Amino acid sequence: MIREPLIFEISAEGKRAFEFPKLDVPEKKEPLNNLPLRKDIKGFPQVSEIEVVRHLTRLSQTNFCIDTTFYPLGSCTMKYNPKVNEKVAQLQSFLFSHPYAPQDLIQGNLEILKSAEEFLCEITGMDALTLQPAAGAHGELVGMMLVHACLKDRGNPRKVVLIPDSAHGTNPSSAHICGYRVQEIKSNEKGTIDLAGLDRQMTEDVAALMITNPNTLGVFESDILKIAEIVHAKGGLLYMDGANLNALVGKFRPGDMGVDIIHLNLHKTFSTPHGGGGPGAGPVGVKKYLGPYLPIPVVEKGPAGYIFNSNRPKSIGRVRSFYGNFLVLIKALAYILSLGAEGLKEIAEIAVLNSNYLRKSLEDVYYLKYSAPTLHECVFSDKFQKENGVQNIDIAKRLVDYGLHPPTMSFPLIVPGALMVEPTETESKRDLDAFIEAMRKIAQEARETPEIVKSAPQASYVRRLDETSAARNPVLRWDGDIEK
Amino acid sequence: MSYISLSHEDKKKMLAAIGISSLEELFCCIPEEIRLKKNLNLPSPLAEPELVHYFEEIGKRNSDSGYLSFLGAGAYRHFIPYVVDYLSSRGEFISPYTPYQPEVSQGTLQVIFEYQTLICQLTEMDIANASLYEGASAAAEAVLMAHRLRGKPKILVAKTLHPQYKDVIRTYVKNLSIEVKEINYGESGAVDLDDLAGKIDAETSAVVCPSPNFMGIVENMDRIGELAHKYQTLFIVVVAEAASLGILKAPGACGADIVAGEGQSFGLPLSFGGPYLGFMACKKDFIRQFPGRIAGETKDVEGRRGFVLTLSTREQHIRREKATSNICTNQAWCALRATIFLETLGRPGMRELGYQNIQKANYALEKLSRVKGVKRRFGGPVFNEFVLEFADSWPNVQDFLRKNGVLGGLSLEPFFPELKNCALFCVTEVHKKDDIDRLVRLVGEVLR
Repeated sequence: MIREPLIFEISAEGKRAFEFPKLDVPEKKEPLNNLPLRKDIKGFPQVSEIEVVRHLTRLSQTNFCIDTTFYPLGSCTMKYNPKVNEKVAQLQSFLFSHPYAPQDLIQGNLEILKSAEEFLCEITGMDALTLQPAAGAHGELVGMMLVHACLKDRGNPRKVVLIPDSAHGTNPSSAHICGYRVQEIKSNEKGTIDLAGLDRQMTEDVAALMITNPNTLGVFESDILKIAEIVHAKGGLLYMDGANLNALVGKFRPGDMGVDIIHLNLHKTFSTPHGGGGPGAGPVGVKKYLGPYLPIPVVEKGPAGYIFNSNRPKSIGRVRSFYGNFLVLIKALAYILSLGAEGLKEIAEIAVLNSNYLRKSLEDVYYLKYSAPTLHECVFSDKFQKENGVQNIDIAKRLVDYGLHPPTMSFPLIVPGALMVEPTETESKRDLDAFIEAMRKIAQEARETPEIVKSAPQASYVRRLDETSAARNPVLRWDGDIEK
Repeated sequence: MSYISLSHEDKKKMLAAIGISSLEELFCCIPEEIRLKKNLNLPSPLAEPELVHYFEEIGKRNSDSGYLSFLGAGAYRHFIPYVVDYLSSRGEFISPYTPYQPEVSQGTLQVIFEYQTLICQLTEMDIANASLYEGASAAAEAVLMAHRLRGKPKILVAKTLHPQYKDVIRTYVKNLSIEVKEINYGESGAVDLDDLAGKIDAETSAVVCPSPNFMGIVENMDRIGELAHKYQTLFIVVVAEAASLGILKAPGACGADIVAGEGQSFGLPLSFGGPYLGFMACKKDFIRQFPGRIAGETKDVEGRRGFVLTLSTREQHIRREKATSNICTNQAWCALRATIFLETLGRPGMRELGYQNIQKANYALEKLSRVKGVKRRFGGPVFNEFVLEFADSWPNVQDFLRKNGVLGGLSLEPFFPELKNCALFCVTEVHKKDDIDRLVRLVGEVLR
């Protein structure tokens, strides 16, 4: 395979890949005289168009992605991204729309925002919703700010947020950035929230409980109504991380479970592509009493059409510039419109079917720490394979040799050596069977020829990378242009 | 439409393998009382042609793209080389996740590494991260970072920072023990250095200053940096118009400690405000408090160069509540577009981009300020935006322009009550001389 150099290494004076139209206004010196100008952009590349095209095309070919490969990253909901949604988000009427354009000229955009908001409220069973957060963690932060604003209004914003030990790292981090102290809740032997423990920890110092449901083990918190009751009885709010909504969509609604605030990941449940790490969108839905606190601006329908309203005295304020990752919101709306109520329900049913089929087909060879029924994902571990010195990372890397993307590794933290598998609803039985076969083969290799597994991957563009030295001696940019 | 890939037969076989007879049994762990008893109230599903039609029709209710626009103010129209669309549409770039498994994500990782290098070269800073959400929250992250580094309660923010960026900073610090104070602007439209000198003290964690600022004025950043550093205060430079970086003195050469900004100008269409690209860079001493994903170079077991996400002990998935930021999913694909844009324009293109913006905006400014009844509001040097003050009522001028197919500038009074009858105009390389002359003619006509 050709080793692709860095663009800077193929750069040379005199090459270019783009030309601007000739300047058509009279050139003058004066405007430049008062400006602090730079002489050069040291090291900046100069390449031809074909060099850019080959460089990026070759780099792209070293990626595994949904369009080519089964990609069962647990908790990431790597489902197929419908292509027509890309097309509608690229319509000129959206691409060329300026965020400060007069509101009567952008009624289409406002209608899209309003529709997406209403449909997501219906799907989650919430009463009001903001589309502004750019990603799930941004939504969590907004959610925590809503908790703070609401409780402050009631007289005391409180100090503590409770978070289960199985939660995503973003949960404690978001609560902390909002000024809250995080207190962990230990999971019980079923991997779920222990009611007696919660009852003890839930004091009048606690502002909110952040839960993920189903949780990161794929297990539904079946005591959810009692959990909500305990939290509400002490004047706290119940926040739900909607990362795993794929397991419930169309069949169960967080708003019917006592949840006060939920964030969604449109780049998970609603199929907008992950883009190698964003852009996503993390809308936040709330119960009616929290509506006044939502970030500004909000879209409202007035007598003369849709308008943005920023005059909301109780609002937490603005959380980003403009109105959200608009093109991502279009793709999610397109997805909802093409699936409808029946199609959304089918997502949950088949996602859970696929996941349980994988679980059943692998649970004799991979250890399942928790035996509770699971929904859209399940968490195996390397406990059996460790007897032969093979760890979860080895299993993950060996999957690469079989042309498959590994599951999420070493998360949740309550399962040592975790391998978290989420197949999603869009996979075929053929692809699921290929994954099962590869996983069983690897389990066999771990027993018989562990060295093969431990030295994987063999066939990839690069083999196992030294992450320790990358962190110890960080090289975070090309430094060929820096004098040493 | 359904995107499911199971046949009826597959479903039967799989249910049998699991040992159940219906899909409903899969949900037996969920209490019956919270089950949705009806179908969701949503429109009937649309087939692909109907879906496209739906969005085409709704798109027709937007009519702003038919106008000649001079709107900027944090969202800029620039040429986008065709290769940016072409290459960034590849499924290998659009459809993978965050590169947690580096061996099968080298494309994404090398692009991030090149992106970080390009941002470092443009800003003349030591390190850059893989991206943040957009400019305003990037500025807020920079403020939080400065507060962690210095631990002092006060943050000074130039009044001429984009109003939405100021709002977002206020939202982010509201529940923390941080006090935000504004620094006035002077007659030139640049930071009033005397006001800054009067307000800065040993209790100040950071001075936040945009350049070019919201009035389009390019600041004398060296002076601001010097003042900040006298008090061990960190100097945060915010760049809302990244196209300026190719020609103006880099923030890093002006003493910036942290640079945060909006990279929308690098190959991202206006898109009604998003997705855009937050970027951030800093001096290497501050790396432990730096937020966001970072790619680093390393070697594989055969000694070949490769790239990984690194320094993750700063991040939420390792450090949880002690992380430097809660950010997880960022704007990777937007950073990819920026990378392709910057590599395509290259060194000569980035300079030309900046040069044409300066020439065209100044041509427009000169012509417009010669029209009777129009005054250049601020004397400071401009990049591609400027403020005009109208002797007559600005709303009348604005209406007349609109009736004649022209949008802009942006009314400033809602953001700065003292700037009555003032508007912010943006002129970039996409405006032809004829477009500018048309604007000048129309303004002349209405004020005649």
